[in-house]
Parts: sequence; structure tokens; C-alpha cells
Amino acid sequence: MPEDIIGLIRENVIQGRITKDDEGMDEGMVGKPGVTELVEQALASDLPIQDIVTKGLSGGMEVVGQKFEAGEYFIPDMLASAEAVGVAMEILQPRLARSGIKTKGTIIVATVKDDLHDIGKNIVSILLRGAGYAVKDLGHNIDTQVIVDAVREERPQFLGLSALLTSTMARMADVIQILEENGLRDQVKIIVGGAPVSEEFAKSIGADGYGADGFQAVAVVEALASGTEN
Amino acid sequence: MPRAGILVDRPYERLTKEQVELIHQASMEILTAPGLISFNEEAANILHSHGAAVESIPGDRRSWQVKIPEQLILNALDNAPRTVKLGARNPDNTLIMQGDEPRVYLITGSETNIWLDVEFPTYVHKSDASREIRVPEFKPRRGTVEDLCQSAHVCEHLEMVDGYIRTVNIQDREITEENKDVNKFFASLNNNTKHFMSGLTSLKQLDNVVRMAELIVGGKKALEENPIISFITCLVKSPLQFVDDTTATFIEVCRRGLPVAVSSSPQAGTTAPIKEAGIMAQINAELLAGITLGQLVKPGTPVLYGSVPVRARMDTLGDSYGSVETSQYNIDCAQMARFYGIPNYSTSGVSDTKIPGQQSSIERLFSDIVVAMSGPQYLHCAFGLLDCNSVFCLLQAVLDDAHFKMIKFFLRQPRIDQPEMEAALKQIRAVVTTPQKLYISYIRPVLRSGEISGIYPFEGSGETDDVLELAYEQMKDLLARPVEHIDRETTARIFEEIPGILPRLNVYERES
Repeated sequence: MPEDIIGLIRENVIQGRITKDDEGMDEGMVGKPGVTELVEQALASDLPIQDIVTKGLSGGMEVVGQKFEAGEYFIPDMLASAEAVGVAMEILQPRLARSGIKTKGTIIVATVKDDLHDIGKNIVSILLRGAGYAVKDLGHNIDTQVIVDAVREERPQFLGLSALLTSTMARMADVIQILEENGLRDQVKIIVGGAPVSEEFAKSIGADGYGADGFQAVAVVEALASGTEN
Repeated sequence: MPRAGILVDRPYERLTKEQVELIHQASMEILTAPGLISFNEEAANILHSHGAAVESIPGDRRSWQVKIPEQLILNALDNAPRTVKLGARNPDNTLIMQGDEPRVYLITGSETNIWLDVEFPTYVHKSDASREIRVPEFKPRRGTVEDLCQSAHVCEHLEMVDGYIRTVNIQDREITEENKDVNKFFASLNNNTKHFMSGLTSLKQLDNVVRMAELIVGGKKALEENPIISFITCLVKSPLQFVDDTTATFIEVCRRGLPVAVSSSPQAGTTAPIKEAGIMAQINAELLAGITLGQLVKPGTPVLYGSVPVRARMDTLGDSYGSVETSQYNIDCAQMARFYGIPNYSTSGVSDTKIPGQQSSIERLFSDIVVAMSGPQYLHCAFGLLDCNSVFCLLQAVLDDAHFKMIKFFLRQPRIDQPEMEAALKQIRAVVTTPQKLYISYIRPVLRSGEISGIYPFEGSGETDDVLELAYEQMKDLLARPVEHIDRETTARIFEEIPGILPRLNVYERES
């Protein structure tokens, strides 16, 4: 039943199951189709992409968010669900344009030059994918010029920069300055994050937003996208 | 099924085998010369009739010098049970202690005269009235029978409390020497289904409290099989003296075959030598003397090696339970008890400070962790006690329970075996090939199985310390939860047969 597939997608997002091999939250789930298999079934059944995305994926994430707020879910649960949505969005990507559905936007993320720390940046990437953004992850220890070139070529709506060290956070300012010098600054919203970074620092270097953690990063991106940021 | 307690995989021991042997030999020497002074004639007679050298000591108080031969002590140790069962109103709360197994049960106690109330008044900042803060205020007062009921009630719901020793002395106007025992036993047993251990205020009440227990479990034989009560008797006064009245109580408890903790609490520096070798030789001698007497009264009496050693404070010469040496002595005693194969009643968690807070947490956690690691079977661990055991605070007991959950988690056995390692290698090989290189997706099953320790349960959300206030909220929640009282019919029989119980303790009469 087509409706059941959408419902199952939603349920498996809540369970955080990417494939049939994943355990999820409840007993006895292993072997049953996960989000990957269900999205492929939905496409094979010609179900509307819009329903898959809004009722299945976003609908599931909404429940996950509520469970997290209620203390029933922890961050690993939230990430598992976000990762499942991210994988589903990759499968759907080629069809989204054809079906006329607008994506939420593209974001390039990177940990700046001389900084090897990327756990936070990776978590932010998962959450952003789960929220429906296309994420291009440049990696860690990325040259300032490489980041600038990626912005020029990919023309993303957002750029996320991460640093864990007080000695490397200044690289974020370098990136923003070179973007300005190259006339690229106005085409991209920049958010920054990382342990030593603060709201004040973000403002001082001319960033558009600051995320204290992964969830705040997503919230800031959403606010910038809708033009409701402070 | 008995309670699980905390099985310590490899208990922490401070003494070498040679040091254990040295302490044992020194204790044997002490008991033969100088021996003990007994202020109890019957104890002197019992020991004399089994071969101890007994001489009357001239003076105003009747007393006897008793020299106990080594073989008498060794025979008594052979008779003392290696396994002691402490029953409970709820059979699931039974405690099974084996002298050679370092399975730790956590017990409350001991009785304090002072009950510490707490409230959280709001204070307003002098120069900014919009800034408010709630500050805990503690008010000490004399304990009552209602306090004891509350304490037993909350301890019923504290997950880590395996057994109950009354925490507060009942000092109501209606309470006398004659009716104190029946009231403290009834208040505790009626509000708590775990094992109950207590001292006796009056030997005359022994048969009444035993009868109360028989009525609860269904008769004399049922009480033998499920001893829901046991006794603690401080028959030894350090250094090396049998006290007249507590020794008489001890003898009578042993005659009835009920479990009993032989307790001694020497203070290093005043009633025992200040150095470790001296206090250990003496406390061990004192406890072996008590155990020997008990086994001579009735061979096979279940006894606990009840060590409560403490160091003196140098500023007051009072007890310093918070001193690190006190923990060292207790750890040594756990090892000595294990050497004899007799379950150990040990002590930890007592703090010198008067109120819950940082000093209290540091002092009690220090000894709770290290003494629990030494594997005493019956750890009388000062749930809620403050001010060197003279004050009880329910809020502190709630904090202690949370801290013991962390200690229990810490003392888990490491889970490293071949299947576990194979699964870990599989996981590592899988994750390093992924773009994110994160193990987060593997957390979830482990998180749900309880294999990950929780965050501190009283962690505040802001930059203020909310620990006490959050614990207070939990305390109120626990008080609001019902407890399983003794049933109506049995309660009626207890009130009919046992004189002196305050009528207001009858919950069924109160209801009607």
C-alpha cells in the first residue's frame, strides 16, 4: 500500500534505521526494510516525491525532535535519524529538480587550515543533511584558498567554518576577508562554530551567524534561510 | 532471589599476607596477655568454663580479667558460619553474605539524635531586585518517631540501599526507655521492606521485638528461615573491655540464634594506638573476643565482624570519620574479616561536616569509594549522616544514593573477552572507511542496554549549583510514593500482643 510506505519511511526515520541491517530503537527490526530500501520502494511505486520528503522524512524528524526535547532521545538517536534522512535525500536528489521541488539549499562546510579537529563539523553535516540541506564537506585542515575557490565554483547559499583551537580560529577571519577581496562575500551566508568560538567573535570577524552546537547551527542556518535571523 | 549488591571483582587490599598474619598473631597475644576486662559476669563465666583464665579484679565495680587461649578463639572461628543470611519482609530484599565473597551490600545507619530539616528560601540581590537566588537553609532539631518513619519510607525507595539501620533516635515525649525498642522496630519495619538491623535500648524488650518479627513473618520457625531483623551490639568498649549491659544483650541475642554484628569502635590516638599496626591488632583482638563469646553461647550463631575503627581529630580528640586513616583501617578490617571467612560489617561515608555540601561530598565519597572497593559484605555507609554521625539529613541520603549508583557502575567488572574484541575490531574496520569516521551510530544499542553511565542526576541547567535543590525535589517525590505497610490483620495482632507501640503508628487506625 503506497500510504504504508510513506508511513514506514516516517517510522524508520524515527527509529534511525538507514538500511535493513540497522537495529533501530525497538526489538526485532533487523532485516526489515530501512529508510534506504523504503525510499527506493516509494520511487519504484511512483509515489509523489513531495510526500516522501514532507510526510515521510520531515514528518519523522519532527517526531524525533519532540522526543529529543522530551528527554526520551539522546544525541546519538537524533544523529541516527538525521543520517537516515541525509541518505534518503541523496537518493532523491536527482529527482528533486525534475519534480520541481526546491531543495533547502547547499552548504559548504570545512575545518580551517592547521586544524585537524572535525567531530563537531561532521556532526553539523549530518544534522544539516537530516534537515534537508545539500552538504558539501571539504574536510579538515583546509587551505583558505581552497575554501574560497569552492564558494566561487559551487555557489552555495551557506558556508560553515569550524575551528577547535584558539590558534586556528583566526583563519575564519582570513576566509571572510579573502571572500570579500574576491567579491564573493555577498553571495554566501557564513556561519562559524567550534569550542573557542563565541557569538562576539563571530560578529567581530563579520560572520552572519554562530552555532554553539550542532542543533544551534541548524537553527541558525534555518533562520538565515528564512531571513528571520537576529 | 537475594539482592545483587555490588560484587567487587578483585577487592582492593592494603595488607600483604605477612601483615595479615602479623596482625592475627598480635591479636592472639593481646587476648592471652593482657587479655580483656569483662564487666559482665556471665561472659566471664562462659569463657572460664571453656578454658579461659579468669581472675576477679579488685575495685568498686565488679570486673574480671579474662585471658582467652588461642585454641579457644580458633575453635570459635571454625564454628562461626561463613554464610550469613539476613532476611526481609520482601523476600526479594534478602541479603546473602559469604565471608569469602566480596559482595558489598549498602546499609544505612547509625542512629543520630539530630534530624536536619532543609528549606530553600529566596533571597533578592541588594542592588538588583530582579536577581533572586534560592539558598538551602538547614535547621537541626531532635528526631522523632515520625522522622524515623519518613527515613524508613525514603530508604525503601532508594535503589542503592540494600538494608536499613535506623538513622534517627526517637526522642518524642511519649518515648521511654521501656517503649523505645518496640516503637523503633515497628516504625522501621512498617515503612521499609528491606532487612532491618538495630541495637537494643532495653534488654527487657528483646522478646517483644522478636515476637513482633515472628508475627510479621508467620512464626518462630519462619523467622529462623527468614530473619528479617538482626542486632548490633557494641559489647566491646575499647580498649579491650566487655561492657556489662551490651554484653548481656549480645549473649541473649546469640541464645536466640538471630544474626548479630559484633561491633567495636576504637579511636586511634585515644582508645587505641595512633599507628595502624596498633589499632589493627587491638580491634581485631576485640572482635575475635566477641565472636568467640557468641560461638560459646550458641555455636553457629550468625555473626558479623563489626569493625568501626576511626582516627581521633587532633583539634578536639573527637572522632574523625573524614580522615583518610579511618578508611585505611576499614579496608584493613575487610581484609582481616575475609582472612577469617566471616562477613564484615564495615563503615564508610561518614563526614565531619555538619551540612550537605562540598566538604560532605568529598569526605564521604572518598571513603565510600575506597572502602567499597575493599569488598566488605555489609557496608554501613552513613546514608544521610553528617557531623560525625550525630546528624541525619534525608536530603543527604538522596545524594548518597545517587553517588553509590556511580560507585556501583565504577566497580563493574571489565567486559573484555574474545567475542567483545571481535565486535570491536569489526566496528573499527567499518568506521574508518566512512567519510565521517564517527562511531556514534554504535552508541545506541549500548546506551539502551544500560552499559553507559548516566550524567550526574542533579546537574543544573545554568551556571548556578542546583544540586541540593534538585535532590530535594527528588526527596519529595520519594516521600510521595507509597510504601507497602504491614498488613491490617498483622498490624492488629502486633498492637494487641506487643505493649507500648504508639497508637498513631497504626496506619489503619489513622485511616479510620
